[in-house]
Amino acid sequence: MGEDGVKTLVLGIGNLLIGDEGVGCKAVEELSRRYTLPAAVECVDGGTAGFELLSMIDSKEHLILIDALRNDRPPGTVVMVEDEHVPRAFLARTTPHQLGICDVLAAAQLCDAMPKRLTLYGIEPKQLDVGIGLSPEVEAGMEKTIGAVVEQLRHFGYEVKRNGIKSEH
Amino acid sequence: MARKITIDPVTRIEGHLRIDCEVDNGKVTNAWSSGQMWRGIEIILKGRDPRDAWAYAQRICGVCTTVHAMASVRAVEDALKLEIPLNAQYIRNMIVGAHGIHDHMVHFYQLCALDWVDIVSATTADPQATAALGQKLSNWKGNSVQEIKAVQDRLKKFIGSGQLGLFASGYWGHPAMKLTPEVNLLAATHYLQALDYQRRINTVVAILGSKTPHIQNLAVGGVTNPINPDSPSNLTVEKLFHIKTLIDEVGDFINQAMLTDVAAIGAYYADWTKYGAGVLNYLSVPDMPMDSKGTVFALPGGYIPGGDITKFAPIASHKEKVLYDSIKESIKHSWYNGNWDRSPYEEDTIPNYTGYDYDKKYSWVKAPTFMGQPAQVGPLPHVVAMYLAGHAVTKKYVDATLANVSALAGATVGIDALHSTIGRIAARVVRCAVLHDTMNVQWQALIDNIGKGDFDTFNGPVFPRGEQRGTGFHEAPRGTLSHWIVIENGKIKNYQAVVPSTWNAGPRNGEDALGPYEASLVGNPVADAELPLEVLRTIHSFDPCLACAIHLVDGKKTPISKVKVL
Repeated sequence: MGEDGVKTLVLGIGNLLIGDEGVGCKAVEELSRRYTLPAAVECVDGGTAGFELLSMIDSKEHLILIDALRNDRPPGTVVMVEDEHVPRAFLARTTPHQLGICDVLAAAQLCDAMPKRLTLYGIEPKQLDVGIGLSPEVEAGMEKTIGAVVEQLRHFGYEVKRNGIKSEH
Repeated sequence: MARKITIDPVTRIEGHLRIDCEVDNGKVTNAWSSGQMWRGIEIILKGRDPRDAWAYAQRICGVCTTVHAMASVRAVEDALKLEIPLNAQYIRNMIVGAHGIHDHMVHFYQLCALDWVDIVSATTADPQATAALGQKLSNWKGNSVQEIKAVQDRLKKFIGSGQLGLFASGYWGHPAMKLTPEVNLLAATHYLQALDYQRRINTVVAILGSKTPHIQNLAVGGVTNPINPDSPSNLTVEKLFHIKTLIDEVGDFINQAMLTDVAAIGAYYADWTKYGAGVLNYLSVPDMPMDSKGTVFALPGGYIPGGDITKFAPIASHKEKVLYDSIKESIKHSWYNGNWDRSPYEEDTIPNYTGYDYDKKYSWVKAPTFMGQPAQVGPLPHVVAMYLAGHAVTKKYVDATLANVSALAGATVGIDALHSTIGRIAARVVRCAVLHDTMNVQWQALIDNIGKGDFDTFNGPVFPRGEQRGTGFHEAPRGTLSHWIVIENGKIKNYQAVVPSTWNAGPRNGEDALGPYEASLVGNPVADAELPLEVLRTIHSFDPCLACAIHLVDGKKTPISKVKVL
């Protein structure tokens, strides 16, 4: 049921009100601002939503998740987790809203709506205090993530055009 | 000998709620409810433009985005005494209705049913007998043998693969599980179908709100949906009819599957009408304004002190003085500086964590009171108030549901049974059906008003110098929500959100009276203190969503097996 021919969904999740927790949302916002993506690629700021995301991930070929991920690494470290390792990562409760997204992924599996490919970019947060804005380390991690996502999209043959806004990629 | 048990976290999704119980002789004798994280929306909003507050407020929680947005614009509109165009009221009401149906459906099936329905037992059911049972209960088209058999095969495959996923936290085979394999399978079938229907009704939110999650169409003064029946980029007749189709499809599921499921669960678990009543002061506010001034509402509300229906006091509008004068918050047992009971307008938010102490401070959640008493909010208080106010649709669904339960249980189950854990769940399903009926009313009102040639959706706000105060009330899926704003020279001077889960999950108040979660647990049976399913049943019946009562951060660190560091 992929609507409008969208094949790849880039989904940022997190809470914008809790410092580095919002890195996933900020990353998709920047990605859409800096680049023109083809119609087959959709960028969505999922916030901390739960089951509302089910219809969005339904039957996409590729789901790219961007999220803050606590994994005991230096702040700003970006890790990539793929396919069957992703649900396990979420089940292990490593991110603040993992239960929401884990429920959604499991529900997608139950309804045969699971994307064929799944990539998670996890960025190690530094500060999770109330407030808006990223720490410098996580901002750098976000830049690295945006670069990696753009590279991955191009690798899959999508034309990703820069919008003439300052960008390293 | 009493022993203490701690459950942390209780919520299946979002947020951290910790419940401590003292259990003696198989019964809960004392309880403490604690929100383990701090919410700082008040601090974030200070100094900002009141017109932007709703966009931040809807980030408080991922489950209740639209409700905080709605309460926030209403607070600013109340402060400015701003009227809202009729079209904007109807569009907002449809978003409220669709969101509420979505929320109640997801709670009943995905978040709460598994406390009562044994998924593993469903795999042993006879699909023929299950279909026969389903067809006896209703004409639901999804009760065919083929459909039920397909669901059972899918469940077997899912469980066989070892990936319980959604079901990982279930208490399978617990002695408190009482449904037959066939009832379990029927409920499991509807559990899967609900995933599809919750999605359809959420599409209504997406069409009207321009985007979901996080709707984009609200504005202080109305909505930003331009109405032009002919222009494709606007809210067109075609889009409105698409919405109507979605509403109708979901209605069949609510009426023929959800209402019969809750009646069946209620009949099998009739003993749960004896537990979980807790605080019987019921508070709800009217919602779905039908005029531009907000004086007439489609859904009534009111206050019932001590469960005494003869003392029911209707609340006719959001402007009633009793609402502004009677809501206070206490921090005697919460981790904030000081010890006071104050109106939200006068509150400050200065966190001061002093460690968990049962006798002193033990929660980030404040303790709200209404006329000095703790009050329960949510679908149960709302449904009872609507029933007592003579709301015909509510009466129809309450009476039909009680008659269904009575027939299945072979005993008369009256309205008093609603004051309980299972009654709280039944009331939520009834409210879902009421919201659905009301969606049709709102849809027709919008069509009729556009038909008259009225395309207005927005009245621009003007911020005078000096100070204004306003409160935005909303009867949200989890109960009465209020946002309190103090504006000074066009900027936010103070902002407080008194959310439903604060009312229900709050700790003891300034007088040491137990909050609704706490009171509802006392007397609750616990067959096995190691597996306190019964405690979860009562807490889950409130639909806890602590992300908005507090914010969330998980400290658990678990290595992931296979990652690539970039």
